[in-house]
Amino acid sequence: MNPVPFIIGAYAATLAGTTLLGILSYRAMRDAERKTEQLRREP
Amino acid sequence: MTESSAILPDVKIKGAFAPTLASLERRGPMHAFANPARFLKIARPLTGWFCWVGVLLIAIGLGAGLFVAPPDYLQGESVRIIYVHVPSAWLGMAGWGGIAVASLMQLVWRHPLAAVAARAMAAPGALFTALCLVSGSLWGRPTWGTYWEWDGRLTSMLVLFFLYLAYIALASAESERDGEGRITAIFGLVGAINIPIIHFSVLWWRTLHQGSSIGLAGSSIDPSILWPLLVSTVGFTLFFAAIVLMRMRTAIARNRIEARMRRMAQ
Repeated sequence: MNPVPFIIGAYAATLAGTTLLGILSYRAMRDAERKTEQLRREP
Repeated sequence: MTESSAILPDVKIKGAFAPTLASLERRGPMHAFANPARFLKIARPLTGWFCWVGVLLIAIGLGAGLFVAPPDYLQGESVRIIYVHVPSAWLGMAGWGGIAVASLMQLVWRHPLAAVAARAMAAPGALFTALCLVSGSLWGRPTWGTYWEWDGRLTSMLVLFFLYLAYIALASAESERDGEGRITAIFGLVGAINIPIIHFSVLWWRTLHQGSSIGLAGSSIDPSILWPLLVSTVGFTLFFAAIVLMRMRTAIARNRIEARMRRMAQ
């Protein structure tokens, strides 16, 4: 059995999942910290 | 009456036991980081360093695993899947280990950031456990001839994934009803019983999954295959740490927003 499609599938799933979680976590952090900063500046 | 912690508004600690900044600092060096400002001062630069060094090491490890490391004499080319499978398995287990330690700190020492840290580790831990199961199945098909077998290691890893889902659901439900987070912490601690089961499963039930190749005493893997594996494992671990720090910073910022909104509403 040719293992190459399985190798590509394993790498694609890992990299896609890791990248997606990284992007979602970063965006959530950036939005929350930006809002905190805005609230702090408000009188 | 339940009183919010003065440090982190969503960590509820009963009445007179609600910690103040001064009381936390008197408890020793571990509680010094209970001050979010102090924690953030360290976490902000570390997040970027962990993230980018992690990405660099992942790129080197996976690049070497795909194009430099030789095929295994027995497994052939499918051995290249271990460069994503082993780090995922390690992080799935280490993630729950981290949840258990943080839960213990929350329950015993009432460390206010411990609950935040434990919850921040749940989603990345669940993701890496799922990736371990997926990459393991994709390795199993060309190597064993099957995607899935009810083997001790595979089944205990699947149980770990379900434990993560239950932990996330429990933490969310407890947070929604303004709970103290104790039930979630107890669940995090009790669930850790699965970690030694996963580790020793290949010894207790000698079925399909191979035994440990890397131990404290050394490794049976050839150095040409081992070094990319270690580099990618360190890289994924640093990236995992960066994600946990990001999620902790998000939780702290949201707590501050919520506290500010409550003050404005009064």
